[in-house]
Amino acid sequence: MQRMKTNKNFKSNLITYGIVIVAFAIAQTLQSTGNLSSLMKGLLVPICVYVILAVSLNLVVGISGELSLGHAGFMCVGAFFSAFFSKCMVDVIPISGLRFFFAVLVGAAGAAVFGVLIGIPVLRLRGDYLAIVTLAFGEIIKNVINVFYIGRDSNGFHFSMKDQFSLGMEPDGVMLLSGPQGITGITRDSSFLAGVILILITLFIVLNLIDSRDGRAIKSIRDNRIAAESIGINITKYKLMAFTVSAALAGMAGALYSHNLATLQASKFNFNTSILALVFVVLGGIGNIRGSVIAAVVLTALPELLRGLADYRMLIYAIVLIVMMLFNWAPKALEWRERYLGRIFRKSAKEGK
Amino acid sequence: MAVMLDVKNLGISFGGLRAVNGFDLKIEKGELYGLIGPNGAGKTTVFNLLTGVYKPNEGCVMLDGQDITGKSTIEINKAGIARTFQNIRLFKDMSVLDNVKAGLHNHYKYSTLAGIFRTPSFRRTETEMNERAIELLKVFDLDGEVDYLASNLPYGKQRKLEIARALATEPKLLLLDEPAAGMNPNETQELMDTIHFVRDNFHMTILLIEHDMRLVSGICEELTVLNFGEVLAQGKTAEVLNNPQVITAYLGE
Repeated sequence: MQRMKTNKNFKSNLITYGIVIVAFAIAQTLQSTGNLSSLMKGLLVPICVYVILAVSLNLVVGISGELSLGHAGFMCVGAFFSAFFSKCMVDVIPISGLRFFFAVLVGAAGAAVFGVLIGIPVLRLRGDYLAIVTLAFGEIIKNVINVFYIGRDSNGFHFSMKDQFSLGMEPDGVMLLSGPQGITGITRDSSFLAGVILILITLFIVLNLIDSRDGRAIKSIRDNRIAAESIGINITKYKLMAFTVSAALAGMAGALYSHNLATLQASKFNFNTSILALVFVVLGGIGNIRGSVIAAVVLTALPELLRGLADYRMLIYAIVLIVMMLFNWAPKALEWRERYLGRIFRKSAKEGK
Repeated sequence: MAVMLDVKNLGISFGGLRAVNGFDLKIEKGELYGLIGPNGAGKTTVFNLLTGVYKPNEGCVMLDGQDITGKSTIEINKAGIARTFQNIRLFKDMSVLDNVKAGLHNHYKYSTLAGIFRTPSFRRTETEMNERAIELLKVFDLDGEVDYLASNLPYGKQRKLEIARALATEPKLLLLDEPAAGMNPNETQELMDTIHFVRDNFHMTILLIEHDMRLVSGICEELTVLNFGEVLAQGKTAEVLNNPQVITAYLGE
């Protein structure tokens, strides 16, 4: 009986990895046979970014049960830390893949540190209050980065919060970070393959974490805080763990994002990005990791696929949102899904629970 | 016999309301003890004081010779008190098995990284946890519903699962807050047998709050009657239930 359940989880996880790998293979084939429009090609890496972002947000919203509206903030931290690192290290580590690997680590670590710093005060709050504070955090991060000017010349690093000229650099100086203009000339180290590998790493971490002793503790706090405390589970520790892991993964998404752009500006990581991530999570099913992956892919690619419909594009996008929501939550739709799709995908249809 | 729980002069006020006042209680090891009284008498408040949900204004609580007064809920659970709740508090979106495994949290450990990378220590510990959890669920006849979501269990079984989860933390003292609430006579009878079984097989000391007098007189060896936050009567079950004051205040003529 017990072995059956562990196997079921394991199988469900394998299916999730399988979907990612198959999707990757299809996209690669389409790309090499020239069946992919240049716009879609440009979307491949952003899709990976949003998949990672959605999965990481689902860890906070679905598994830990706290509504976070500032996830773009962590992505922003990861993006800037990693891009800054790459700009500094471009001469030290000439191999693009290796540099990117370290940049991702730096981005994730930076975001994790912010996750802890923000998490300690924020996780004392609950529900709507927590949501509002995380929202404020996302905006603060964005605006703080907007006023930083950092340059480097033969004397070392220069730092200012006023403008580029007050840095007082030698003529050979290079601007690393210039306020609202952000970081320019980032090496484009990311690739679709790197993105897919990062997705698999994210899924591996999140799916295994959920299905372990720590994951059980996190879920038990979500389901009933008082009961969790009564059986000796340390609430603060596990809330913070979920929040930090999630922040680190969002930082990873940020690193992937920034290395796909020539110019990185903080204004990209606004409230809309946070909400977009939340839309993926809600549509994919709160707490359903595989759902987040699928929702992020579909909803990122959709506006592009609908380009031919010109003016009706956003209308159809909205309708798809509504239909997906009905399909996910309406009792009749669930019943239908159970009866027809369930027969075909008997095992895969009941993942998660 | 050794004393398991020794409470002296426990008291708490909420603003101007004196919820519990001068509460004394002594429970011996292996005893089945009942706490009864009219609604609002402060029974659940006593439970909350014992488990650290509220901090007492005065008095002290000794568990098996250890002072646990004013400690946090988590510390008190580790010291050896586990409880169930009057309004069931299960982890309702988790499976029956995971509910019990969450209870085993502090007794079976591996690191977070071991959990993520599925090391041999993860596999070994998880197997042990599963075996232990199934063993506990068997006691409550729940081993057929291991994979069910806790919220899909019928009411009586949810109450049992809550007890199983509490036992998973390996307590010395088990507090049951109205375990028979909402049960029909058959279920109550079954519950009484289970409570006896738990006491005998787990060598457990049990303190329970209950309104069902059939259950109270059937299994409790000693009783304390609480009224308006104060002890009205204390002693052997039969004597307490025949006490005229208790009859007037709670049982009715």
